[in-house]
Amino acid sequence: MTDSRADWPLFEVFLRGKRGLNHVHVGSLHAADPQMALRHARDLYTRRNEGVSIWVVAAADITASSPDEKDPFFAPSGDKVYRHPTFYEIPDDVPHM
Amino acid sequence: MTVTSEPDLKEHFAETIARERRIEPRDWMPDGYRATMIRQIAQHAHSEIIGMQPEGNWITRAPSLRRKAILLAKVQDEAGHGMYLYSAAETLGADRGELTEKLISGRQKYSSIFNYPTLSYADVGVIGWLVDGAAICNQVPLCRSSYGPYGRAMIRICKEESFHQRQGYELLLTMMRGTDAQRAMVQDAVDRFWWPSLMMFGPPDADSPNTAQSMAWGIKRHTNDELRQRFVDMSVPQAEKLGVTLPDPELRWNESRGHYDFGAVNWDEFKAVIAGNGPCNAQRIARRKAAHAEGAWVREAAMAHASKHRPTERANALRPAPCPEQSAYGPHKEEESSKRVSPEASHD
Amino acid sequence: MTDHDNPYDLLAEDHDGGHRWAFGTGFTDPLAGIDTSVPPGVDGAALAGFCLALGDDALIYSHRLQEWLTRMPELEEETAIANIALDLLGQARMLLARAGGILGRTEDQLAFFRAESQFRNVRLAEHADRDFAEVVGRLLIFSSWRLALFHSLPAATDPVLAAIAAKGANELAYHRDYAAQWVIRLGDGTELSHARMQAALDALWPLTPELFLPDASALAHADAGTVGAVLDTVLAAAGLSRPSGATLGPVSGHTGRDGVHTEAMGYILAELQSVARAHPDATW
Repeated sequence: MTDSRADWPLFEVFLRGKRGLNHVHVGSLHAADPQMALRHARDLYTRRNEGVSIWVVAAADITASSPDEKDPFFAPSGDKVYRHPTFYEIPDDVPHM
Repeated sequence: MTVTSEPDLKEHFAETIARERRIEPRDWMPDGYRATMIRQIAQHAHSEIIGMQPEGNWITRAPSLRRKAILLAKVQDEAGHGMYLYSAAETLGADRGELTEKLISGRQKYSSIFNYPTLSYADVGVIGWLVDGAAICNQVPLCRSSYGPYGRAMIRICKEESFHQRQGYELLLTMMRGTDAQRAMVQDAVDRFWWPSLMMFGPPDADSPNTAQSMAWGIKRHTNDELRQRFVDMSVPQAEKLGVTLPDPELRWNESRGHYDFGAVNWDEFKAVIAGNGPCNAQRIARRKAAHAEGAWVREAAMAHASKHRPTERANALRPAPCPEQSAYGPHKEEESSKRVSPEASHD
Repeated sequence: MTDHDNPYDLLAEDHDGGHRWAFGTGFTDPLAGIDTSVPPGVDGAALAGFCLALGDDALIYSHRLQEWLTRMPELEEETAIANIALDLLGQARMLLARAGGILGRTEDQLAFFRAESQFRNVRLAEHADRDFAEVVGRLLIFSSWRLALFHSLPAATDPVLAAIAAKGANELAYHRDYAAQWVIRLGDGTELSHARMQAALDALWPLTPELFLPDASALAHADAGTVGAVLDTVLAAAGLSRPSGATLGPVSGHTGRDGVHTEAMGYILAELQSVARAHPDATW
């Protein structure tokens, strides 16, 4: 089991390029706090390109819905951005892919 | 909301796949699809991170400052690729810390090629040419992966990887036009990396039972043998242009097939390396494990600091927007700047 | 045709094709296209010596950071440290090329074929960091000092050096900020991190007086008071004390700028120069 005292939470990263009209989701990263997340986002997703606007948001703070709510077992609109709980048992390697 | 049965969900999923549309994080997916996707993406991510080691081995000794900068940038890119991929795996509910545990304990793998040592500077060029070349062969089709976040990560990675391959090949061209010692160094590196590069595509199709299901799900777009053949066909003319000999006496153009015939891969070697008995397995994992373990106090300190300085919601709401002239460092800087985001906030 | 919904397209737009991802990797001459004649009224020898000193600082410092790749506490820090190492390497290349233009040497001849006694880096640059606290502590000191040095270049100086300093200053501000944030996190984190951060500063502080030694030949001088004030602000925020006492003494009055280094320098150069020296006539 991982050491939860040391685990950094997940942040989602949104960028708007110099000529873009709005921020677009580009991925995520781990950071201990929002300031660190912003800095890491600059390093990782923009390679310090000037003039790119960055938003970072803790994944836990995002409330989401799907365009296509077909699953009745699925929570109603307004659930977390990733529907699967993080305690899901991750599969081990299987010899041949 | 209408009540939908599981068969309907399966049908919807199948239809999405059939129409070559993307499955996104909040969509329903079969457990097997999800498990396979997590495993494939995670192992791809592990490969990028572990791959930093054999390549990074030559940064401090790079024989020109320009080559040093190129290699340093490449290894930096690899760290980034690993992170994009872990990020994609996390959209499926995996946790990066747990994936790291799986890697360190040997329960998840990484590409077998990185279990070989880099023994000369020419290896840097050969890795760029053959290893990145093989990776690109594998990865370009993955840009059309049925899983959205993975496909998008692959698009970004492929763009950057093509620079890497070009730089590696360029180094080899320079060396092959250089001294006798440089030429010998390149040939030796090719002799050591050619067969392991072919092994990067995995076992032959006949020994790959998951391939059919993976292809049906849009996780895999081509079989191992198809990609391996494509790689050989691309690499032979490149080798000829370099003036190196590929260490396979059976390599020859087959007119009727329209492809190069090549010799048998030593699958015993592949199995041995996958099982942990390659030349560098223990060393690669030990390094990753040490970095992770020795870094725990740092990660913990960062979390402790963050919880001491987390502003309350109410205090947040009452505070005005950040003033750019505020001094950079002060006891409460972190509280003051981690406020609600202004739409116009751009950084530096 | 740029797809404005695809952020990767947008990011690729503003960059020059193959050169975007690492400065200096696209061309052999880092000062390509720039007029490198020494302006009238500027002492060429002094300029070369100064560029060599600053270039060596950056080259050797970058080397130490490169050694930390694959050893960082978290993957995001790998990217950050590689980025800083690359920035400093880029500064080293330009500074060595500037010096080399005057001395009739290439950047590579200077980096790979000078003897240890000809390197002018301060001894702080050579220090091997024993843990992450030393990595960020040393970077805080180095980047604060170097930034002050770049800022203090007189206006009527070599335009090439001025341009290098302007670009370098932006990078150093970023490095200093990265280091400061980490020193604060560690100083004001857990008891263990606080102890380690203080111990790191205690180990590094003796190397700082050398940074402010009088040097008549230098073209710029960082003010000890200004740099000290920046460091004090960070230390206060981190809850750390400014170490006192010991100084790393000179050897017969000589220090790094005179080509007299610590015992670590020999090993650094043995590694750095090994492949180039094994093939002295080769092109890479």
